[in-house]
Amino acid sequence: MDYTILIGGAAGQGIDTAVGLLERMIKRHGYYVFTYKNYMSRVRGGHNFMQIRFSDMPVTSYSKELDMIYAFNEESVQFHEDRLKKDGVVIVDNNIAESNLNYTHLPLVETAKNLGNDKVSSSVGLGAIINYFGILLDTGIKVIKEELAPKISEVNKQALEKGYELLERKYNMKKREDSHILIDGNQALALGAIAAGCKYYCGYPMTPSSSVMTYIAKHANEMGIVVDQIEDEVGALNMALGASYAGVRAMTGSSGGGFALMVEALSLAGIIETPIVVFNAQRTGPATGFATRTEQADLRFMIHAGHGEFLRMVIALRSPEDAFYQTVRAFNLADKYQIPVLLMTEEYLTNYNMTHEPFDFSKITIERHIASGSDIPDERYKRYKFTENGISPRLIPGQVKGQVVLVDSHEHNEYGNIDEDAENRVKMVDKRAIKIEELKEEIQEPWFIGSNNPENLIVCWGATYGAVKETVDRLNEKDVSIGALIYGDIWPFPTNKINELGKSAKRIIDIEHNSTAQLESLINEFTDIKCTDRILKYDGRALSGDEIIERLCL
Amino acid sequence: MTCEYKLYDTSWCPGCGNFMIRDALKQALEELGIAPYDSVLVTGIGQAAKMPHHIGINGFNGLHGRALPPGIGIKLANKDLTVIVESGDGDTYGEGGNHFLHTIRRNVNIAHFVHDNQIYGLTKGQGSPTTLKGQKTTLQFDGVKLEPVKPLALSLTMGAGFVARGFSGDKPHLVELMKEAITYNGYAHLDIFQPCVVWNKVNTFKWYKDHTYYLPDDYDYTNYEAAYKKALEWDNGIPLGVLYKVQKDTYDDSFEFIKNGVSLVNAKLNPMDAKKYLKEFY
Repeated sequence: MDYTILIGGAAGQGIDTAVGLLERMIKRHGYYVFTYKNYMSRVRGGHNFMQIRFSDMPVTSYSKELDMIYAFNEESVQFHEDRLKKDGVVIVDNNIAESNLNYTHLPLVETAKNLGNDKVSSSVGLGAIINYFGILLDTGIKVIKEELAPKISEVNKQALEKGYELLERKYNMKKREDSHILIDGNQALALGAIAAGCKYYCGYPMTPSSSVMTYIAKHANEMGIVVDQIEDEVGALNMALGASYAGVRAMTGSSGGGFALMVEALSLAGIIETPIVVFNAQRTGPATGFATRTEQADLRFMIHAGHGEFLRMVIALRSPEDAFYQTVRAFNLADKYQIPVLLMTEEYLTNYNMTHEPFDFSKITIERHIASGSDIPDERYKRYKFTENGISPRLIPGQVKGQVVLVDSHEHNEYGNIDEDAENRVKMVDKRAIKIEELKEEIQEPWFIGSNNPENLIVCWGATYGAVKETVDRLNEKDVSIGALIYGDIWPFPTNKINELGKSAKRIIDIEHNSTAQLESLINEFTDIKCTDRILKYDGRALSGDEIIERLCL
Repeated sequence: MTCEYKLYDTSWCPGCGNFMIRDALKQALEELGIAPYDSVLVTGIGQAAKMPHHIGINGFNGLHGRALPPGIGIKLANKDLTVIVESGDGDTYGEGGNHFLHTIRRNVNIAHFVHDNQIYGLTKGQGSPTTLKGQKTTLQFDGVKLEPVKPLALSLTMGAGFVARGFSGDKPHLVELMKEAITYNGYAHLDIFQPCVVWNKVNTFKWYKDHTYYLPDDYDYTNYEAAYKKALEWDNGIPLGVLYKVQKDTYDDSFEFIKNGVSLVNAKLNPMDAKKYLKEFY
C-alpha cells in the first residue's frame, strides 16, 4: 500500500495544523510517513499545499499521484486534480464548488458551527479522512489531546468524532505497532546540536534556516544554552567565534544570503584556528531568489567561501536522521582539527517530515580535544605551536593559571603575535594546511545503494537522497542494474568509491538541484570519471522519485 | 606578582597616544588585581587594535569593525573573565557601527575603550567618522563633507548606562576612568581622545589640552538630560570624565542559568541530557 493525501489552501487557513495532526495520526496507527510541504513566501493568501504520503514500507520521497485532495478552497483542487488517481477522491466543504458533482461535499463548516466554533471545521475534515483510510478514532483523539492546547482540544475532539461519521470507510489499514519518530531536517539538526553540547547559538532569522534557532531556543533555558538573535549575520559568526574561543561549543546558521555575510568571519575562523559549526539552509538564489523553495546551488560557494586559503570541511545532509548524527560529528571534527565545519542542508530537507528509527543517543560521543596545563611544556603558551600534524594544543583562556591565549587574524607566529617574517609565513600556511592529511582519513565515502557494480550509476548529494533512493529501489525491483552514490562528506572531496564504481558503469547520471552540475564539476576536477547524463532541476521544487524515473528514460 | 602585565615591543610611532593608553590599561588592571589570564582584550583592526600584541593578556585580535561581537560571545561563554574591547574610532563607529548600536542595547558586562584620534592612522590619514567637518585629509582633499559622529550622544541615545570620555594625555585620570568602566556592571563606553602625531595635524596634543575640561566634582552623572547636553558640548570645551552612570539590568543576568549557575564553559556535557526531547517526535 502507498497512499498520498494532499491538503491545500491559502496561507493562514490552518493547513499546517491540520497536516501536523493528520501525519501524526497516521504514524501512530503504525505507518511510515513522508510529508512534503510547499509554501509560498507570504503570511496570508496565495496557494500552499502539503502532501502526506504513507505506507507500510519506508517512504523517502513524495509522490506525484494522489489518492485524496482535501481542499480548503476551490483553487487547491484545480491546481492538483490532474494528479488524482482514477479512484481518488476530492473532499471539500459543502460551500465550495457546489455544482461540481465530482467532488465529495461534506458539511464541514456546518458541523463546526453546530459545535459552536467554526474554526474546527478542519478537524471535522480530519475525522472524515481517518475513517476513510481505517485509522482508529481513538488514535485520532489521542493525538488531538496531546497536540492541541487544553482550551481547544475538547471541541476539536468533538469535531473529529462528528467528522468520523461523515465519510464511508474505503480502506482498512490495520493498526500496527508504532515505534518511530516523525521529524524534519531542521529539528534533527537542532537536536543534534543540543546533544553535542552546543552552548551558544546565535543567528539572524532567515527562511528556511530559522526553525533551527527556534527549536534550540525552546529548550535553551533548561539546557543552559545562550540563544541570541544578532543584529546581522556578520555579528553572528564573529560572536560565535568569540564564544568558541572562550571554550564553549558554538554554532550559527543561515540561508545563502546570510551565509554570504558570514564569509569574512569564516576566513577569520580559518586563520585563528577556532572551531566552529555553521550551516547553510540553501534556498533558491541568487540574491533573494525564492525564500521558501529549494536549491543546491551553493556547493561551490561553501567550498570556496572566504578570502585566502584555509582548511574547512563541508558536509551535506541527506535526511533528518543524517542531519542529527552529522551535526554531532561536525562539532567533534571542528574541535579536533580547529577548523570551520560547514553543514549544507536545503529548503526541502529543512521542513519535510519523515519517520525514522528513534535516534540513538548512546552512540553519540562528545570529544572536545582541549589541552590542559600539563600538556603545555613551554614557559609561555604557544597557541599556534608547530606540530607534525599541524594541530596545536588548544588552551581555553582563564583555565590555566599564568598562561594567556592569543588568537590573531593577522598572520602570526607560534604565540599568536603579528609576524611578517617570510619563513614563518610559509610555515604557518603549511601548518594550517597539513591538517588535511589526518582529516582525510576521517572523510566518509558517499553512501552506496543499489545493484552491485551497476550499469547505471547515479551520483548526487545531500537532500536528493530520498528521491534517488526511491528511484533505485523501484528500478532494482524491475531488475534494472542501477545504483547510486550519495555524497554527505563533500569537502575534502572523497574519490575512492566514484573511482571504483565509475569505471565499470556504462551510464553515470548526475542528479542535482542546480543548473550547473556542481557535483559533476568536482568529480571532473578530482577524478577521471566522466558523467554521461544529467538530471538537473532548478525550478525551486524538489525532485521526487517519480520525476527521476520519468527523466531517466530507462 | 600574578597580576603583573608584561609589556612587549610595539609598532606604534614615537609620541603616539596609544602608549599612554597601554600604560593606563596596565595600571588599571594591576590596581584592580585582575590577573592577565583572567582578563581578555578583544580588538578589531587598526593601530589601537594591536594592543593585545603589546601587553601580555588573553587576546582575540579579530576583524576590522568586529571587535564587539566576539567580546560579547566571550563574556557570555565565561562570565568569570573580565572582558575589555578596545579599538579605534574608524573600527568602532564606522565599520562596526551596527555592532556598536546593538551592543549598547544588549548591555553585556564588558568595558569598551575606543581610541579616538579622529583620523585613520593605519591606512594613512583618511577621514574617520569623528574627523571634523571641513578638515583636509590625505583623501578628502576638499575637506571632509560629512557631519562627525557624536559618539557619547549616540551611546546615550541608545541607552548606555555608563558613558565617559578620557584623554591619553592625562594618565592618572584615564586610569581611574578605566577602573570605573571595568568594574561597572554592564556595558561601559569610554571614548579616549588621543593625538595621532603623524596623520592628524589638527587634533594635536595641544588641541586636546586646549579644548577639553574636567567635569566638576559636584557634577551629577545620574542626570540623563544633563549628560546628553554634556555629550553635545564641543566648540566651547569638551568635557572629560564620567558623563553618565546608572545601574541597569544586564543582559548576562537575564539568563537565569548564567546568573545562578557555573560559567557555560564549565558546564558538564552529556548527550543523554537531550534524549528526553525525542518524545516530542513520537
